[in-house]
Amino acid sequence: MGEPGTKVPLSLEELEASTNMRTGRKHVLSILVENKSGVLTRIAGLFARRGFNIDTLTVGPTEDTQVSRVTLTVDGALHPIDQVTKQLHKLVNVLKIRDLEPADTVARELALFKVNADGAQRGELMQISEIFRGKVVDVTKRAIILEVTGTTEKIEAFETMVRPFGLIEMMRTGEIAISRGRSET
Amino acid sequence: MRAVDALMECLKAEGVDVVFGLPGGANLPTYDAFVTGGIRHILVRHEAGGGHAAEGYARATGKVGVAFATSGPGATNLVTPICDAMMDSTPTVFITGQVRTELLGTDGFQEADTIGITMPVVKHSFMIQHPTEIPRAIHEAFHIARSGRPGPVLVDIPMDLSRAEIDYEPVTDLRLPGYQPKIDGNQKQIRQAAKALAAAQRPVIYAGGGVVNANASAELIEFATSDRFPVTCTLMGLGAFPATVEGAGGREGGREPNPQWLGMLGMHGTRAANYAMDEADLICAVGARFDDRITGKLSEFAPRAKFIHIDVDPAEISKNVPAHIPIVGDAKNVLAKLIIEYRAIGAERERLDAWWSRIEGWKAKYPLSFEDSADAEIKPQYMVKALYEATGGEAIVVSDVGQHQMWAAQYYDFPAPRRWINSGGLGTMGFGLPAAMGAAVGCPEQLVCGLVGDGSVQMNAQELSTCAQNGIPVKIFIMNNGYLGMVRQWQELFWDGKYSHVDMGEFPDFVKLAEAHGVTGMRFADKHTLVEDMKRAIATDGPVLVDVRVTREENTYPMIPAGSAAREMVG
Repeated sequence: MGEPGTKVPLSLEELEASTNMRTGRKHVLSILVENKSGVLTRIAGLFARRGFNIDTLTVGPTEDTQVSRVTLTVDGALHPIDQVTKQLHKLVNVLKIRDLEPADTVARELALFKVNADGAQRGELMQISEIFRGKVVDVTKRAIILEVTGTTEKIEAFETMVRPFGLIEMMRTGEIAISRGRSET
Repeated sequence: MRAVDALMECLKAEGVDVVFGLPGGANLPTYDAFVTGGIRHILVRHEAGGGHAAEGYARATGKVGVAFATSGPGATNLVTPICDAMMDSTPTVFITGQVRTELLGTDGFQEADTIGITMPVVKHSFMIQHPTEIPRAIHEAFHIARSGRPGPVLVDIPMDLSRAEIDYEPVTDLRLPGYQPKIDGNQKQIRQAAKALAAAQRPVIYAGGGVVNANASAELIEFATSDRFPVTCTLMGLGAFPATVEGAGGREGGREPNPQWLGMLGMHGTRAANYAMDEADLICAVGARFDDRITGKLSEFAPRAKFIHIDVDPAEISKNVPAHIPIVGDAKNVLAKLIIEYRAIGAERERLDAWWSRIEGWKAKYPLSFEDSADAEIKPQYMVKALYEATGGEAIVVSDVGQHQMWAAQYYDFPAPRRWINSGGLGTMGFGLPAAMGAAVGCPEQLVCGLVGDGSVQMNAQELSTCAQNGIPVKIFIMNNGYLGMVRQWQELFWDGKYSHVDMGEFPDFVKLAEAHGVTGMRFADKHTLVEDMKRAIATDGPVLVDVRVTREENTYPMIPAGSAAREMVG
């Protein structure tokens, strides 16, 4: 058994062993923060030093100019969500955190795909795009840019479809999410 | 009024009576305000000394400690004290100067990203962007520093903003919508805890620094004695539950061991405390955070126990050990309610008889002990006992970090809270001397003794000059073994006894060092006269530095090797 301070080397299994509860699913955290300088750094820094990995992160204004919303996704299989939210709550500029329930949440992401498209391929790509309710936003002789909005799963499915054509670039915004029904997120 | 003059008014409104600091270019305006500001300022020799002094002041008095530094290197020198205050939840406010706003981000002279550098180790920080923000930021800083789980708050003020003219109006309202610490404790949970305690056959109260911070020692004592609960404290909690009580003869009869006290727990705790945790069926943690120095091997920590966890910081609950009954609240409030709930149940006291006879067995079989020398040689443990005797157990003892710290924790029977000040979480060598200085400034009526290592004391020895110049009468006792003793012990025990860079030799000559700083220097090496010698040092006016020569290679025992279970205690 490799222990701190002793000369016995640590095994990788021991390094990975952990006591904290894992939920095993993706979590979307919707965080209201005071619109003050450095808030995003505080959140990002907290994640980094506690060893939590952010999968996606979006920041934007809300209906209140004093308040911004940070939406971030974290893998609950890797990190103790309870500890993540409690630590976030300790940040003085964090006003409210919601761990959104997938069933009660509408989540969307926007993605732009730049794909190789000479004459022959263009039609097929446009067909696929239509099936995914995507939009053609730019066409040149050798490439096409497609815009798709939807859940992460939908965007990943679209990516799988267009990748064989020669994916030059992909850009994704990360998810934003809003709770269903009348109550506020 | 200049913003800096408003700053002085704010400090006075917050009850600040002393600031530890060092001026520089970027806080020249602030220091100009000190000239007529009406606040005592103690000029330290290094910003780290000022920061630790603010910590020592805060820990001894319970008030917010304040330290000032200039931009760049002044601010970076504060990083260690800030981090230390964070780890030990010490209420402190640090105010740093910053370069002019037009120079921000240009790598200007003495520019450092103080907010960025300190962000991971502050409870909160304020970057001032407009001079009118200063008063509110100061008041909010003090509120955050002292409320909830206390901690360090930093305010960074660019030089041009601090000298600007503002219309100062006292701030009466704070705007901290995202900061509302829960301090009351959920009544239902408290009732559940009382029931669990009444049903427990082998309960232990495990109290930490949170009890000291909340000034909840009286409540802890009342709660523990409302039944016959065994109590153990962490390194940070020592004194929260008195190790000794007045003897049968009252004050004249002297003090005797507190029958419900198990001693400190953890890596260098007593066997009684660690074995009791191991066999407990219910552990009531109050203001403690299940640090790795307490739990050892987490998977084998207190395997039979259910946990009540009372803490003002919800993030501590179930962080390391899952709590069965979590209670978020201030130790003082929660314990007061718990006493009422527990009394209402009227638990049977006799149910703990068997548990106590088991504990008494450990106490009798495994008392803290050491093999004393046959000659005049001073064993380090003996030195702590001598200090206890010389001070009648009534001193504020401030330690550094290392073996001497553990021996002090083991052998100085702290009878009250705020008598024991040390760097627990961060383990900062160099903490002791400046923290003792801060404690002495905060409590001028009390005797303040530093108990420091020869390695540690050298890390902030420059503050001896501060003590001499300001007549701060600390009595600093160096436990001098010429080694970085704790590291040496680990090399001996766990690294095949191969010593790597731990021998400090006979350097410096501490008596001469003391004299160079204008401090009385003494050297003791005879066990037989040590108590009297120490009394003589204590009776000497002004600051005193005492070089006490102790056994060179003595190990701190008992010990749970890092990552082992309590059962595997050695020594």
